[in-house]
Amino acid sequence: MESIWKEKVDGVITQSGSSRLSLLPCLEAVQEECGYIPHEAVNYLRECLSIPSIDIYGMITFYSLLSTNQKGKYVIRLCNSLPCYLNGTENILDTLVDNLGIEPGQTTLDQRFTLELVPCLGLCDQSPAMVINGVVYGKLTAQLVTEVLDELRTY
Amino acid sequence: MVTLNIDNKQISVPEGTTIMQAAKQANINIPHLCYFEGLKSYSGCRVCVVEIEGEPRLATSCSRKVAEGMKVNTHSARVRRARRTILEILLANHPQDCFNCERNQNCDLLRLAFECGVKKLRFEESEKRVLPIDSTSPSIIRDPNKCIACGRCVRVCHDIQTVNAIGFINKGPDTMVATSMDRGMGNVACANCGQCILVCPVGAIKERSAVDAVWAAIADPTKHVVVQEAPSVRVSLGEELGLPAGTLVAKKMYAALRRLGFDAVFDTNFTADLTIMEEGSELVERVKDGGVLPQITSCCPGWVKFMEHYYPELAPNVSSAKSPQQMFGAVCKTYYAEKSGIDPKDIINVSVMPCTAKKFECQRPEMNDSGFKDVDYVLTTRELARMIKEAGLDFASLDEEPAEDLLGLYTGAATIFGATGGVMEAAIRSAYTLITGRELENLDIEPVRGLEGIKTASVNIDGLEVKVAVAHGLGNARHLLDEIKEGVSPYHFIEIMACPGGCVGGGGQPIRFDSTLKKKRGEALYEEDRNMAKRCSHHNPSVEKIYKDYLEKPLGKRSHKLLHTEYTSRPVV
Amino acid sequence: MQDIKIITRHLNTASSADIDVYMADGGYQALKKALSMTPDEVIAEVKRSKLVGRGGAAFPTGLKWELTRKEKANPKYIVCNASEGEPGTFKDRLILKNDPHMVLEGFIIAAYAVGTSQGFIHAREVYTEEIELFQKAIDQATERGFLGQNIMGSNFSLDIQFYKSAGAYICGEETALFESLEGHRGIPAARPPYPVQVGLMDKPTTVNNVETLCNVPAIINNGADWFAAIGHPDYPGTKLFCLSGNVKEPGVFEMPLGTNLKDLLEAGGGVDGKFKAVLPGGISSSLLTEMDVNLDFKTLAKAGTMLGSGAVIVINSDTSMVNVASNVAHFFDEEGCGKCSICREGTRRAAEILSRFSRGQGNRNELEWLLELHEVMKDTASCGLGQVALNVAASAIRNFKGEFLAQVRKEEGVWLR
Repeated sequence: MESIWKEKVDGVITQSGSSRLSLLPCLEAVQEECGYIPHEAVNYLRECLSIPSIDIYGMITFYSLLSTNQKGKYVIRLCNSLPCYLNGTENILDTLVDNLGIEPGQTTLDQRFTLELVPCLGLCDQSPAMVINGVVYGKLTAQLVTEVLDELRTY
Repeated sequence: MVTLNIDNKQISVPEGTTIMQAAKQANINIPHLCYFEGLKSYSGCRVCVVEIEGEPRLATSCSRKVAEGMKVNTHSARVRRARRTILEILLANHPQDCFNCERNQNCDLLRLAFECGVKKLRFEESEKRVLPIDSTSPSIIRDPNKCIACGRCVRVCHDIQTVNAIGFINKGPDTMVATSMDRGMGNVACANCGQCILVCPVGAIKERSAVDAVWAAIADPTKHVVVQEAPSVRVSLGEELGLPAGTLVAKKMYAALRRLGFDAVFDTNFTADLTIMEEGSELVERVKDGGVLPQITSCCPGWVKFMEHYYPELAPNVSSAKSPQQMFGAVCKTYYAEKSGIDPKDIINVSVMPCTAKKFECQRPEMNDSGFKDVDYVLTTRELARMIKEAGLDFASLDEEPAEDLLGLYTGAATIFGATGGVMEAAIRSAYTLITGRELENLDIEPVRGLEGIKTASVNIDGLEVKVAVAHGLGNARHLLDEIKEGVSPYHFIEIMACPGGCVGGGGQPIRFDSTLKKKRGEALYEEDRNMAKRCSHHNPSVEKIYKDYLEKPLGKRSHKLLHTEYTSRPVV
Repeated sequence: MQDIKIITRHLNTASSADIDVYMADGGYQALKKALSMTPDEVIAEVKRSKLVGRGGAAFPTGLKWELTRKEKANPKYIVCNASEGEPGTFKDRLILKNDPHMVLEGFIIAAYAVGTSQGFIHAREVYTEEIELFQKAIDQATERGFLGQNIMGSNFSLDIQFYKSAGAYICGEETALFESLEGHRGIPAARPPYPVQVGLMDKPTTVNNVETLCNVPAIINNGADWFAAIGHPDYPGTKLFCLSGNVKEPGVFEMPLGTNLKDLLEAGGGVDGKFKAVLPGGISSSLLTEMDVNLDFKTLAKAGTMLGSGAVIVINSDTSMVNVASNVAHFFDEEGCGKCSICREGTRRAAEILSRFSRGQGNRNELEWLLELHEVMKDTASCGLGQVALNVAASAIRNFKGEFLAQVRKEEGVWLR
C-alpha cells in the first residue's frame, strides 16, 4: 500500500511542484488511497515538501475529511445541518444508531461501518440526506436507510 | 508621519505603526494577551480591541495600522464590556486552582481579569476540559488545560527558533497546542530551549521541577550536596527577590545557598574558565593541524540537541569540550572528591541555570565520566528563587559571602559567558595567548557584543586573520550553519546560543514581558568583568591548580576523559 | 413579474454540460467578444451592469475586478469559490452539474478583465459528480482553445488549477480559502488589507462565487443596459434562491432580487405545515416571523436580518425554536476555526447552554448572557462566522422567549429566577 500512496504523492508533486501549495492535494491523495494518513506519509511529505511535521499534523486535524485513524469500510456521513434537521435527521440517526449499534464518531467492531454526523452536504433539496463513500442517498426514510445498510452488508 | 487621536490625545507616528504601538508612545498600555513584542501579531485573543470612530465593529489594536485623522477610544464602555466578556469566557474554560500555579504571581490572565473588572464568572456550568498533561520531556512540561490558545509559544518556536516542535492542532473550541502526532515534546525534535515558557502569558508551560528532589537531598544527612551556579543567574536572581534587573547578586546568592543547606557552594564560572582552556586549545590545534573548521562552541545544550536533529553532519565542527555545567559535575565527583576525602557516591551535584535544556543535558546517558551521574539535578533561576522564598530568606538583606575557591574562583572571561558573544570574547582572550605567548592588550572585543542576531569580527593574531561569528536564537544560527553545509563559511570559530540574547535570555530565567531586561542583565555581566582583577581564563589560579594537581594539561589524557564528549544524531520528527 | 432565466436556462437541456451543446446555444461567443474588447472595457461594462456578488457579500463585481487590476503587485490571481458550505445552499452544485461551461466562460472573461493568467477553483469535495463534469469541461475548453496558451489567438493565456476542499466550512471564507490552498490551516486573515490588495500568496486576488460568474457571459453578450434593466434597480439581474426546510418542493429558483418571500414559497409548493419563521439568509441570518417581505439586500438589512447567499430556510410550527437554535449553535461550534478567543469559547458555551435548554435543563440567567455574548461576538470576532454565529440563537430568544422559558430547569417545582 505504501508504494501506491507514494506514487500518488509523487504524481501530485510532479504536476504541481514541491512547494507548500501541493500539501493539500497530496494529503487528499493519500487519504483517498488509504482511507487515512499513515505516519509514514507524514514523514514522506515532510521530506518532500520541507514542511514541519507538526504543520502537516495540524492540517490533518483541521480538515474533517483528513484523518490519522483508519475508518470503516463504509463511512456513513449523515447531514446534521438545519435544513435536513427540519426534515427529520433525528429519526434517521436513531435508525442508524439502532441498526449499527454505534454512536456518531464510532466504527462498528467488524470495521465495516463508521457513522459520522457532518455539516451541510449541499443536498438540502433532498433532505434528510447522507453520503456513503461518495454515493448520495437523499429523501431518507427509516426504511430506505435499513435497505441501504442491508445491501452494503452483502459486499 | 501620520497624526491620529487616541483617547483625546493627538499623536504623530510613522506610517505603518499599529494603534497599539502608537498608544504605547502616548503611555497607554492597551491590555492584550496574544500580542508579544518581537513576534508577528496574531490578533487572536481580541482583548486589545479598541473603538475607531465611524467603524461598525471594534478593531484589534495589535494588527490595525494607524490612518490619518483616525479617532480611537481605547476604553469606552463598549470596549470595556467586550474585554470583560472575553476574559470571563477564557476563565470559564480555565482551571480555577490559581493558588498552586507557578505563574500566579505573574499570570496575565489573572492580572487582566482583575484590572479589567471581571467581577464574577457567569458560564459557571461550562464543562471543563480534561486534557492529558505532556510530561514526556525532562525539561519542559505542558498543561493544555491552562492553555488559552494565544499562539505565542507556537510563534516563538516556528518563527524565532525555527524548531517547529509545537503547533496548533484541531479546529474551533478543540484547538490546542500539541506536538506532531501527539508524540510529546520529549519525543519530537524539541531543543528544550524553553523560549515557549518565557512567552506564555499563563501557566500552561513550565519547567520540570527539581525543587522537591533538591530539598530531599539537602535533608539527607548521608549526602554531601554541592551547588554550582551559571553566570547569568547572578544578574537575574535578584529580579525575583525584590531587586532591580541587572543587580549583581553573586555573593548574596552564595550566602542564600548556604542558608538553604547546601554543603559546598562553588561556581560554574570556574568551569567556564576551564572550558575556555580546553576549547581554546582545541581551536588552536584545529587551526595548526588543518582540523575541521569552523569550530563551533558546544556549551549550549539547546543548540547541541538542535544540531543532533537538524545538522548531525556538522557534528565534527562542534567542539568536543563539554559545557561548564557538565565539566563541573565530572571534576566534582573526581578531583573534589579526592581533595576533600568525600566518597563520590555520596556527592549530589546541583546546578542553578538560566536554562531548561540543562535539565536534559544532565541526564544524557554519556554524562557519567566521573563513574557516577555527573550532575544530579538542575534548578532554574526561577526554582532557586522559589526555594529562597520558601525558606523565608530576606535575600536583599543577606550579608555577602564568598564561594569556595577550589571550584569557585573565576575570571571576568567566565562571567561574560552569560551574554551572547561572551564565550567568543573569552575564547579570543585566551586563544591569543595560546598562539602568541603574549597577552591581548585590548580585552574588550566590542564587535561580538550586543543583541544583533548575527555578529562577526576579525581578529589579527600575529598575522593570522581569525574570522569569528556569533549567533543567538536558533533561527539566526541556521544562517551560519547553512553556510557551512554549502561549503562557503569564511569563519574559524562560531559561537551559537539557542536563546535570543544568550543565556541571560534563557528558558529558565525570570519571566517578565520586558524587552529591556536582556540588555540590562548582559550589561551587568560586562560590568562585573570590567571590575575584576583577572579577566582571562588562563589567569584563574584555581584553573592553574586543577591542571597542576590533577588534569595535567588541556586536551591531555585525563582532560579528555573528564572534560570532552561525543555527539549523536537524532531523527527529525 | 419577469420570468427571465439567465443561469438556469439550460436546466432542462440534456447534456448541457457538453461543450458542443453549450456552443450550439451561443456558448463562448461572450468570450470571443470580451477578447475583442480591452480588459478595462470589459470591467466598465460589468460595472455598468451593477452586478453584485452572489456569494453572500454582495460586493460590486466590476469594482472588485477593477481594484484587483489596479494593484501594482504581480502576478494576480483569480479564484472561483465553489466551496458552497453554507447550510441551505445548493445552487452551485446545480450549476456545476448542468452548466459548467457557463461558469468556465464567466471565469475566463473575469480572469481576462483582472489581468491574471493563473486561476484556481476551490470546490466541495462532496460534489464528486459535479467536479468530474467540471474537470471534463476544462479539458474540453482547453481542446478548443478557450483555455491555455493564447486563447482564441489572443495574447491572453489562462491556466486553471483545481482544488478540492478538505472539509472545512470556514474555507468558504476567502482568506481562509487562500490559507487552505497555500497548505495551511484554514484560518481567516485579519482585514484590512483586503484580498484585492493582499490575497492568495499575498498577491492581489479576485474571488468570485460560481453564480456571480454565470452572469458574466450574458452581460457581455447582451450588454450592461439589458442586465441593469432586469429586476431590482439597485440589484439587477436574477438570484438563485435555494428554498429548503419545511417546504413541500425544496429546490433552486431563479428569480429577480426583490421577489417577495410569499411568491418564492408559492414556487416551492408552499410551506409544509404552518409557517412559523424563516431564515432568509440561512443560518447566518436572524429569524423573520413574517412572510410578506421582499428578498433583497437592503430590505432585509432594514428588517434586522440579511439575504446573504439566498439560502431561504423555512421553519414550521411543529418545530421547537430551542432545538433550531441549538442545532445552529452546534454547527458554528464545530466549524469555527478557533483563532478568536471570543468565537472559539463563545460558540462552545452557546452550544452547551442551548443543549441544556433542549433537554429542559436551562438556566434562566443564561438567556441574558447569550444575548450579551451575541453583542460582544458581533463586535469583536475577526471574521463573518464569529460575527453571525449567534444571530439565530439571539433572534430565537427574542422572538420566541416563551419556548425557552418553558425549557428552564424546574427544581422542586420552583422557577429559577
